[in-house]
Amino acid sequence: MSETVSAVHVAPGELTPPSANQGLLEVFRRRYLLKLLVRREISARYQGSFLGLMWSYINPLSQFFLYWFVMGYILNLHKNVENFAVHIFAGLIVVHFFTETFAAGTRSIVRNKALVKKMAMPREMFPVASMLVSLYHVGPQLVILVIACLFYGWMPDPGGVLAVLLALGIIMLLGTALALLFAAANVFFRDFGSAVGILTHFVRFGVPMIYPYSLVDERFGGHTTAYLSNPIADAVLLMQRAFWIGTTQHPAEMARTNLPPNLFQLGALAVVACFVLLLIGQMVFTRLQNRIPERLQ
Amino acid sequence: MTASIVAENVSKTFTLRYHRTFKQMTVAMVKGHDVSDDFKALDDVSFTIEQGESIGLMGLNGSGKSTMLKLINGIMRPDGGTVLTRGRIAGLIATGAGFHPQLTGRENVYLNAAILGMSEAETRRKFDEIVDFADIGRHLDAPVGNYSSGMFARLGFSVAIHVDSDIFLADEVLAVGDRPFKRKCMEKMEEIRTSGRTLLYVSHAAGSVRKMCDRVIVLEKGRVGFDGDVDEGIRYLKYDDDNTENEPDEDDTEDMDDDLGADI
Ligand SMILES: Nc1ncnc2c1ncn2[C@@H]1O[C@H](COP(=O)(O)OP(=O)(O)O)[C@@H](O)[C@H]1O
Ligand SMILES: [Mg+2]
Repeated sequence: MSETVSAVHVAPGELTPPSANQGLLEVFRRRYLLKLLVRREISARYQGSFLGLMWSYINPLSQFFLYWFVMGYILNLHKNVENFAVHIFAGLIVVHFFTETFAAGTRSIVRNKALVKKMAMPREMFPVASMLVSLYHVGPQLVILVIACLFYGWMPDPGGVLAVLLALGIIMLLGTALALLFAAANVFFRDFGSAVGILTHFVRFGVPMIYPYSLVDERFGGHTTAYLSNPIADAVLLMQRAFWIGTTQHPAEMARTNLPPNLFQLGALAVVACFVLLLIGQMVFTRLQNRIPERLQ
Repeated sequence: MTASIVAENVSKTFTLRYHRTFKQMTVAMVKGHDVSDDFKALDDVSFTIEQGESIGLMGLNGSGKSTMLKLINGIMRPDGGTVLTRGRIAGLIATGAGFHPQLTGRENVYLNAAILGMSEAETRRKFDEIVDFADIGRHLDAPVGNYSSGMFARLGFSVAIHVDSDIFLADEVLAVGDRPFKRKCMEKMEEIRTSGRTLLYVSHAAGSVRKMCDRVIVLEKGRVGFDGDVDEGIRYLKYDDDNTENEPDEDDTEDMDDDLGADI
């Protein structure tokens, strides 16, 4: 047995529990790692497919044409809703942002199990990275929308900018919150991953995207509180306020009939509610994640 | 002396799940079988490791060595008791590195280093050294999913060893990899040891434990069976009755039959 005399090495700091779990705050403290994971996600989301990243645009565009044709042409909403294409697309951008975040975020931990099982790191990284990748795809879609709107004589206004920021903020918070909850739950029962597909259907039909808000108001006889308590519906309405309203002939009249009167108040409330949901998501995630590494096969 | 790793009454319970689907669960419940079955992979484990000590963590397969390292590393948290550590931790657990199979070796080096807490500049500075040590040639730009288990381990070990850590965990690192690489690894670990960093070395090879460690902890079915002198520890395990002592390198082949690429 060799008795080597060791050099003195002084480890810094205090004795601490080694689990690198400091939640979402830690995620944003380690931005370099987050950047690498986001980059990886972007290249991996459509890995092994020929069209690759183009799927991120084919997907929403095909939905757009489907709704445009079925709702607009067959159900004849083109007649009733001015610039119906803009109406659909403005909503679709945030709806697609949400469904992508939700779906990819839910799978994120299982998909990265090679890392989760072997490395100590804040696991919130993965759902957050999924959200950021989805956000990254929103950019080009917004550009297309703005160009289309300009053709209709739309001009940007400060209220519209605020509306877009609120809408994106709502989806970022809500998407991350649900991605956290479902990503953790999906480790224990893959059923949660399958449930996401169904939930996204509800989302698509539960927002004023392929039908105007005026119809909802009419059907419910003004009792729209339940409908409007859906943050995604609020986000879609904010998008309509920012883009679609400005493209119509009589914006003031359109806003009166097709937007709730207290839209910005609703938006702000939705941001707060989604933030609270995110805190809850973090709490549940922290509880569940104790057992995540051992459950990943 | 300052404590580097302190484990106090640590326990970790795993669930052996017999029934996974709704149908299986209902059938089991109707028949009155257990729906789940818990067992303790670690049971009331306590020890203190001082800064600069090198410890041989030994025990039969399934005795809880890798689980203990996962708790020390922070991958898992104990169900009971506490684990406390001081400083940065790097190392390899259960032979494999935390690599993403679809990413190339190069991308994985950056990702792995970032997870271990290295900055971009630091990684770039050490990159050539890491690649040289791993010596995987042109495969650096191929997805690591296609690597042989030896190459996989080499790259993982190389990243881990180049992190400026205060604690280094080596879990059966020599189980895969050819003999020249094993020798290089032993040299590196010797370096870690003499630099005064804490080394926690898991191995079934009595020879290399004798060479590397100044204390042995033996786990037996999740409990500390022995904690103390190296030779006594090896005798305790009855690992010394094979006459391989004059040829420590040969000893390492014992590791070969251990879980090669297994994840536990
Ligand atoms: N994720 C897990 N789920 C259930 N049992 C596990 C899990 N990981 C390890 N075990 C069990 O815990 C025990 C200790 O495992 P491990 O620490 O890997 O042993 P060692 O590294 O000493 O060979 C083994 O019986 C193993 O089957
Ligand atoms: Mg092991």
